[in-house]
Amino acid sequence: MASLRCFFRSGRNAISVVLRREFHKTSPATLQVTVRDALNQAMDEELERDERVFLLGEEVAQYDGAYKVSRGLWKKYGDKRIIDTPISEVSKICLSIIFAGLRPICEFMTFNFSMQAIDQVINSAAKTYYMSAGLQPVPIVFRGPNGASAGVAAQHSQCFAAWYSHCPGLKVLSPWSAEDAKGLLKSAIRDDNPVVVLENELMYGVAFELSDEAQSKDFVIPIGKAKIERPGNHVTLVAHSRMVGFCLDAAAVLAKEGVECEVINLRTIRPLDTDTIEASIMKTNHLISVEGGWPQFGVGAEICARIMEGPAFNYLDAPAIRVTGVDIPMPYAKILEDNSVPQIKDIIFSVKKTLNM
Amino acid sequence: MSLKHPTGLISLVSQSNQSVICVTLNSIVLVQVVRLVCRYGLVCFHVSSGGYKCVCVCVCVCVCVCVCARARALFSAAGQKVRGGGMGGSRVVVASRTYADFTPQATFDIKKCDLHKLEEGPPLQAVLTREEGLQYYRTMQVMRRMELKADQLYKQKIIRGFCHLYDGQEACAVGIESGINRTDHLITAYRAHGYTLTRGGTVREIMAELTGRRGGIAKGKGGSMHMYAKHFYGGNGIVGAQVPLGAGVALACKYQGKNELCVCLYGDGAANQGQIFETYNMAALWKLPCIFICENNKYGMGTSVERAAASTDYYKRGDFIPGLRVDGMDILCVREATKFAAEHCRSGKGPILMELQTYRYHGHSMSDPGISYRTREEIQEVRSKSDPISLLKDRMISNNMASVEELKEIDVEVRKEIEDAAQFATTDPEPPLEDLCNHIFSNEPPMEVRGTNPWAKLKSIS
Repeated sequence: MASLRCFFRSGRNAISVVLRREFHKTSPATLQVTVRDALNQAMDEELERDERVFLLGEEVAQYDGAYKVSRGLWKKYGDKRIIDTPISEVSKICLSIIFAGLRPICEFMTFNFSMQAIDQVINSAAKTYYMSAGLQPVPIVFRGPNGASAGVAAQHSQCFAAWYSHCPGLKVLSPWSAEDAKGLLKSAIRDDNPVVVLENELMYGVAFELSDEAQSKDFVIPIGKAKIERPGNHVTLVAHSRMVGFCLDAAAVLAKEGVECEVINLRTIRPLDTDTIEASIMKTNHLISVEGGWPQFGVGAEICARIMEGPAFNYLDAPAIRVTGVDIPMPYAKILEDNSVPQIKDIIFSVKKTLNM
Repeated sequence: MSLKHPTGLISLVSQSNQSVICVTLNSIVLVQVVRLVCRYGLVCFHVSSGGYKCVCVCVCVCVCVCVCARARALFSAAGQKVRGGGMGGSRVVVASRTYADFTPQATFDIKKCDLHKLEEGPPLQAVLTREEGLQYYRTMQVMRRMELKADQLYKQKIIRGFCHLYDGQEACAVGIESGINRTDHLITAYRAHGYTLTRGGTVREIMAELTGRRGGIAKGKGGSMHMYAKHFYGGNGIVGAQVPLGAGVALACKYQGKNELCVCLYGDGAANQGQIFETYNMAALWKLPCIFICENNKYGMGTSVERAAASTDYYKRGDFIPGLRVDGMDILCVREATKFAAEHCRSGKGPILMELQTYRYHGHSMSDPGISYRTREEIQEVRSKSDPISLLKDRMISNNMASVEELKEIDVEVRKEIEDAAQFATTDPEPPLEDLCNHIFSNEPPMEVRGTNPWAKLKSIS
């Protein structure tokens, strides 16, 4: 149903896809799908597949979602499955967790508001299965936009990847492309544990090609496995969410100068796929991690620490480097904001410094 | 503008401060008058106290003729004034209205407030002086035009991010400010441009903050939701978080014993937040001088109050805290209620809760068209029947406290002020990059801040 909608929305591509289908029956048909629509599809398919799944959050139902991610779902599934809540973060979470036997998707309008309820996420969701020695599982998904947006200032721009990934008992996902978004969200919903899905508002409107395989209703991406978006020999760039795109852009620029970067899309922050990173370092001998969040105790810090403690350390020809957001609250003015998050030039600069160019 | 009707029975006198319409019972004349009134928008003044009395209807022809003759003379002189002295030699000295001819003050009946755990409420009548009226009118008009200008600039992408506009709710901000002292304190949520203005911010500073320039009230670093001024603590982005902060300010007021209080604002959406109830408890327990004000504009983003709250009597939600429900579109109502609440706090009785019933014309923010969850008819109806600026204007004009022209002049001045401010806001340069890392800590020696990569060492000054 949702894929049909996407099909029509694709316009020109749709027609060319049809034509292609007519003449080349064997080649895979790809579709241009935005991250927003991929998330929408994922939820739609899972809501259809399992009656215990439902969505609750502010403005998710009648408003079609604050960022239109849940567009059309309320019309399709009604009040019982898609629930508009008052602005009560703590209660919203509690009501989801205690629903023994159900599988809620709890939307935060942005993860900044999750701080009001983070006690419940950690103490009631993450730790319960452990404290009950296996008696009480908590199959819940927390999702919403995370990290910097555009001009939303200090209180609305924080990245919570490090905060949630710090805690055992939680799984933390950070999709980048439409395929990531769909596959990871579906895995999260099917997982029996509390999963935090950190989306990105600036990525919602970006379209990616969705392969045939990814269009299937059973397409899931395994949690805990990173993806090599671009193979290379000279340096490993590890990133998550929007920064993956920046790394690919930097890699394209550097390729002109003969530097081939291997870009790894983490996809999952917790559990971290150290194996893929180590294997890459053993090939390239250089590591740069790129993230939008603050440096101190961040995702990059964890990656560097693990590499130091593991076999890949001996393969490093230079210290592992982190490219991060500037260590300040996010300013509002455009020129200041632009200089508060990593830009492509910062990644290129760091690669050159690491490679002693 | 010759209005000599063929029957010679109508005269229209138009001066800068007064209009007088003399009407005879001639039916043709009556139609003419209606036509003229519609075309020129002239209003019949009825002065109720002292001064010149206008004769409205005369049945007797001779009286009519005398009056008409006088009126005609007055008109031609005024016509001369209007045309800049075209008719040679004024025959009659025009008795121009001086400000002394306006009513200096008037008493108005205001709506009774619903009370919760209170024996008596604010008075049912409010006295408004001409000066106060003009000042309220001007401030509300500045607020209105400033918000509309922000709307324009946002659509031109000169303002970015979040922009929550306050138009329709002007009576709340201006009414509250007129009920408290400048030395009192105030904190609100993100729909804060109006309060930044009433608490001492200039339009230039506010607009430059919206456009993210160095002349902004927070030097461009805060944006729409994070504007601060003396005794004004923002501008807070997280829904409901400002309420416990406001109680904290009230605690400081009590602690320092300066007879100050804190006005702590939140909306109907925030009213369902748990931290608000925790705050009610503490404020009441410790008798903090805190006025909690719920600005109920009927919608929390896209959710109407019926769909969000088990009880929409927000003034009662404080339970053990006494409450008032106030008409938030009537500035006098808001002012009187605020004065009443301030008196309650200052006398040591503890916190009090006010619910202001108001309305916002724009959507929740600039990314919300505001019509998917409410009808255009509803917005139109509020605009035409309950607009706070129109209500004040009608009151003042119908009680001869100001003239239409005078208020129009104010409008022109206000427009110019907003244009100037917008000009400043669009031409002022952005903050310097050196300012990026400043203001992290207070009263600290300069320190180093990590930039986007390990080689970027940035400077931070306190």
